[in-house]
Amino acid sequence: MATTTNVPSSTVQTPGRPKSRRNEGTGRLAASLLSPTFIVLGLVVLYPIISAIRQSMFNSNNGLDENGFVVEGEKFVGLKNYTDIFTGDTAHRFWNAFYNTTFFTVVAVSIETLLGLAMALVMHRAFRGRGLVRASVLVPWAIPTAISGLLWAWIFNSDNGIANVILHKQVLWTTEGFHAKVAVIIADTWKTAPFIGLLVLAGLQIIPQEIYEAAKVDGARAWRQFRLITLPLVKPALLVAVLFRLLDTLRMFDLPYVLIGANKQSAETLTMLGYDQAQRLNYGPASAYAFILFLYVVVVAFMFVRILGADVIGTARAQRQPRAPRRPRTPAQKEVQPA
Amino acid sequence: MTASAAPLPMPAGGRARPRRTIGWRTALPYVGIALIVLYCLAPFYWMLVSALRRPSEQFDTSFLPAHWSLDNFQAVFKHDNGFGRALLNSVVVAGTTTILTLIVGTFAAYALARLDFRGKNLALAVIIATSMFPGISLIVPLLKLFTQIHWINTYQAMIVPSLSFVLPLAVWNLTVFFRQMPFELEQAALIDGCTPTQAFRKVILPLAAPGLFTTAILAFIAAWNEFIIALTMVNRKEMQTATVTITKFTGATNFDQPFGTQMAAGVVVTIPLVIAVLIFQRRIIAGLTAGGVK
Repeated sequence: MATTTNVPSSTVQTPGRPKSRRNEGTGRLAASLLSPTFIVLGLVVLYPIISAIRQSMFNSNNGLDENGFVVEGEKFVGLKNYTDIFTGDTAHRFWNAFYNTTFFTVVAVSIETLLGLAMALVMHRAFRGRGLVRASVLVPWAIPTAISGLLWAWIFNSDNGIANVILHKQVLWTTEGFHAKVAVIIADTWKTAPFIGLLVLAGLQIIPQEIYEAAKVDGARAWRQFRLITLPLVKPALLVAVLFRLLDTLRMFDLPYVLIGANKQSAETLTMLGYDQAQRLNYGPASAYAFILFLYVVVVAFMFVRILGADVIGTARAQRQPRAPRRPRTPAQKEVQPA
Repeated sequence: MTASAAPLPMPAGGRARPRRTIGWRTALPYVGIALIVLYCLAPFYWMLVSALRRPSEQFDTSFLPAHWSLDNFQAVFKHDNGFGRALLNSVVVAGTTTILTLIVGTFAAYALARLDFRGKNLALAVIIATSMFPGISLIVPLLKLFTQIHWINTYQAMIVPSLSFVLPLAVWNLTVFFRQMPFELEQAALIDGCTPTQAFRKVILPLAAPGLFTTAILAFIAAWNEFIIALTMVNRKEMQTATVTITKFTGATNFDQPFGTQMAAGVVVTIPLVIAVLIFQRRIIAGLTAGGVK
């Protein structure tokens, strides 16, 4: 109470002192403004993860015991769920899901990145038709992943689906086999390569044209310009895009679940495995799968940020802010105005 | 190319090269643009066309329907599909999630963007990091919790977990928007005798309306497209959201997936998003690229 009434008056009286006072006030203000967000995230993110770690050390006894009575309750089993996952009867299922998840992530994200980069370069060069291309690039992004899974299931349908008609082949895309992986990767690439393209395009548009002109004067050809100017300068935007795609693909669920189906060896991911166990009320193993995936995601993110230096928080981008006000005023439209 | 440019005198040489190559240099991007548009729209077009065929001509592969028909759309809204209710559920869940997110997120974003305090970068990093956690590691414990407190088959069982990925996205987007506003705004307001709270409420918030709006669109789309939470937390048909309901449509027999109906339902679910994308494309792209978060 006292501080809020004091601040304005002291601002008027002594210009030197209030700064420290205001900082004290702002610290408190910031804390109160941030607390709702942190409370919500604590409840829906932090608590569940801690709870998952705890749960992964328990096994539920729900079901019938030897005498046919319904038993409810849990018993502490330590790391048994984990040892079962890695070496027990279901180990092959886990390693298969682990392999699938990794395979999808590496292959799909690589293709998407190359394709997205190519799209961004093309969009950056086009001076007409930008509105059209911008709108159409957003369409795959806007379609719910589950719906795009259905759409691709229809395209890859074995009886007269359009993919087989175009290819003049009879591939049973959505059945077990390597082609199921191909189908998932194609569908995922379709949906997300344009998204990478958009993020990279934004990175391209902030490269000042003068650098290219200088390079041209120095005699650098297109490829050298791309390698020595475009790529290094677009790297921050590209790395952030790739990081988000990596983490997103590691937790992939909707697409293989809808396109290929549950319990299919060729397309089962770690998330699908955890979901499957949760559906069977095996909360212990489900939590263990979930926590393993969590660790996997954390390790990948950490290595990516450490080794490649992806600047996720955008401190570099924040430093660019002073340049922004030169362009038109509306903040919403500034970032991607045609250069 | 170098051979043809070489005989020309030096100053003209610089000009001659672009002119020679102007043919494919200008044409190529347009070919590329056409390819990108085709790439992005062809599958969507196929969904639209398949939805507009007669059910009896479902397996036609002509690029335009032989007979245009809305039969598939009528089938979508047949009573036993429960699709109307599913759409309503989606609107309730996505709408509530968006509103809650905006209310909570605006405060946090304002603090992160405009106030100077210790641990600011850490706070932002923590918020962004939470959006990267795999959904399943939150869903399993929450499923168990919601089962215990009888929240299964309720809206809140879908809304609360959705906050986990929509809220970080919103905070991050809003932070970028708030950062872009000139800092003189609050200084002027403070000099005029506003408290920091008043400066926020009376000066910043009205000016941030476009940013709030963009964030609302992104948050709504993210929540609308959500699948695994709705699939896990709800098993009663009347409470399912549209994305889940569509995947569970059944055909005449169990093995006969009703693709025509599903494509039509897919169109119904997607068209509002596509229209929003067409109208607000600049805003959406600004939001996406600023946030870098899906």
